[in-house]
Amino acid sequence: MEVSWTKAKAVFAAALGPPLFWLVLFFLVPLGIVWAYSFGRNVGLTEISFTGTFANYARAIEPLYLKIFIKSAWVAGLTTGLCLVVGFPVALAITFASEKAKAWLLLLIMLPFWTNLLIRTYALIAVLRTEGYINMSLGWLWHGGGMVAALLGLKPIGDFQPLELLHNNFAVILGLVYVHLPFMVLPLYSALDRLDRSLLEASLDLGAGQMRTLFRIVVPLALPGIASGVLITFIPALGAYLTPDLLGGPDSQMIANVIERQFKRANDWPFGAALSFVLMYLTFIAIAIQALMSRKSPEAR
Amino acid sequence: MSDKPPIITFENITKRFGKMVAVDNVSLSVQEGEFFSLLGPSGCGKTTLLRMLAGFETPTEGRILIDGQDISAVPPNKRPVNMVFQSYAVFPHMTVADNVAYGLKVDRVPAAERKRRVEEALELVQLGGLGARKPDQLSGGQRQRVALARALVKRPRVLLLDEPLSALDAKLREQMRTELSTLQEKVGITFIMVTHDQDEALALASRCAVMNRGLLQQVASPNDLYEFPNSRFVADFIGTVNLFEGVLAVDEPDHAVIKSPDVATDIFLDHGVTGASGGVIWAALRPEKIELRKRPDGSVAPNLGDAPQGANALAGVIRHEAYLGGESIYEVEIEGGRRIKVKRTNLTRWDQEDFALGEAVWLCWHACSPAVLLS
Repeated sequence: MEVSWTKAKAVFAAALGPPLFWLVLFFLVPLGIVWAYSFGRNVGLTEISFTGTFANYARAIEPLYLKIFIKSAWVAGLTTGLCLVVGFPVALAITFASEKAKAWLLLLIMLPFWTNLLIRTYALIAVLRTEGYINMSLGWLWHGGGMVAALLGLKPIGDFQPLELLHNNFAVILGLVYVHLPFMVLPLYSALDRLDRSLLEASLDLGAGQMRTLFRIVVPLALPGIASGVLITFIPALGAYLTPDLLGGPDSQMIANVIERQFKRANDWPFGAALSFVLMYLTFIAIAIQALMSRKSPEAR
Repeated sequence: MSDKPPIITFENITKRFGKMVAVDNVSLSVQEGEFFSLLGPSGCGKTTLLRMLAGFETPTEGRILIDGQDISAVPPNKRPVNMVFQSYAVFPHMTVADNVAYGLKVDRVPAAERKRRVEEALELVQLGGLGARKPDQLSGGQRQRVALARALVKRPRVLLLDEPLSALDAKLREQMRTELSTLQEKVGITFIMVTHDQDEALALASRCAVMNRGLLQQVASPNDLYEFPNSRFVADFIGTVNLFEGVLAVDEPDHAVIKSPDVATDIFLDHGVTGASGGVIWAALRPEKIELRKRPDGSVAPNLGDAPQGANALAGVIRHEAYLGGESIYEVEIEGGRRIKVKRTNLTRWDQEDFALGEAVWLCWHACSPAVLLS
């Protein structure tokens, strides 16, 4: 008699065992150790004594760090919002593109995924820096404009002042939006692509225009996709490290940069661990909110 | 009825998708108040024609007129037609009442009137009191009623129905068929229905257009389509038919004779044949128009009175029988091995036992029964 493999215990264990073992050994155990650290205290240079103290957490929510948490959440939220605003039309365009164009457009969206984040970030630096491509182009335009002005006998417009595009919050947001856009576009696309086209036709048939159809039919029905796109963008953006580190200025550090400093330069592992776990709890809360929202709207699934 | 200008006119409509011709030079008009049906096998272009009327497809050639106005440049949301989609396309995130109110909100109908009209429409499709339900709490039949109410509440000039009954089970289909027809009488709106189901079209429509491979085959009342088909395709697509290929041997104003190598009898007709050019023609004989009689040894061919002795009568043997309760379908093998379908109503409870498998029978028919087809 044939049994479902989920009922054959030996098969089940053989299939589940190795990945479970892997997860426990290399994910849960180290995570547990870091968690334990967060209740410890530094003694000496490398030694940590486990004291069960909450001092690290108390310090983590001191105004100095709380401000950085809030700022990180704000930056991640803004990034997510911009990704949504930019990504929704893109996802919509891909959905309604011809089958042939669709494959190419999706490839274009995913292409950056296959390039190392560091390389992409340095490429952005090359574009944004003072002698970068944007300022270079603007400089040429300015110079050309100046020549035209001179020809017309107008007042000289003076020298070009390069824009400060790098090492500030603008650069961080731009970099984060650029890096996270595919995370937003792909779930949106998959939600929009599943949408029954006859619903859109029904809306038009009943007299609604394109805009009303978009906001009354497409957006509400794409809500699950929007929610997962928001979540999947917000979480990595919240923990972003490389982008603020390389593109940001002195005031654009995010919580991941602070955590990194605790583990390295400050050599305060217990405090770093506490900060890490506060970040993780925030992530869990975001996931819980999303799960709650999707349970509230079962018909939108 | 025909003095009035038609409500819908298709003028030489052609639609091509790439190289594929979906609709091929169709001209057609629908009168106000009709229950018009577009009938044909799948892929015949009937749905494309309907979608062009709704505005979801643009004709490659030709014009579509509503009330005499060319609507080619009018977008779907500005056309005075509403559609009931095959999938119903009921908005899943709105309540039943919100679904029905959707089109009225677009038209900025005041809230009080909107509420009243939504209730009326729901009442009309017998969904009164279910306005607060969500579509996933409704059965398939109820969802269809929502789609109907949603379209009718807009008081369209024409209601378009795309395969309205195809997704329902047999019993419900029968019931909805009656309801659709009552509904149309009640609201007095012109209905145009696409269907591949000939029974549905015959039962509901006041007129049908039969399409095949993008071409319009015949436009006629259900009765004319069935009794006076204009081609083998229509004769075969509408109902069941026995087709006999032959040539016209006699063609007088008051009678004609078709000789067919398929059958060992003359096919005698009580009317002349117009338009035959002397080539191959076909006689189409419906199964219920053939009478079954016992054929004891030595019996002579029966004669139904209006044909000469020996014509319109075939000797055969019953080879197959399908008992359908109210009627039985027999397959009778005639000389030459061909099987003829014969339908017989079981008038009494013992009728079915009259004819057994392997029994020798006569098949005979009236001179007015065969339809003559030129193509």
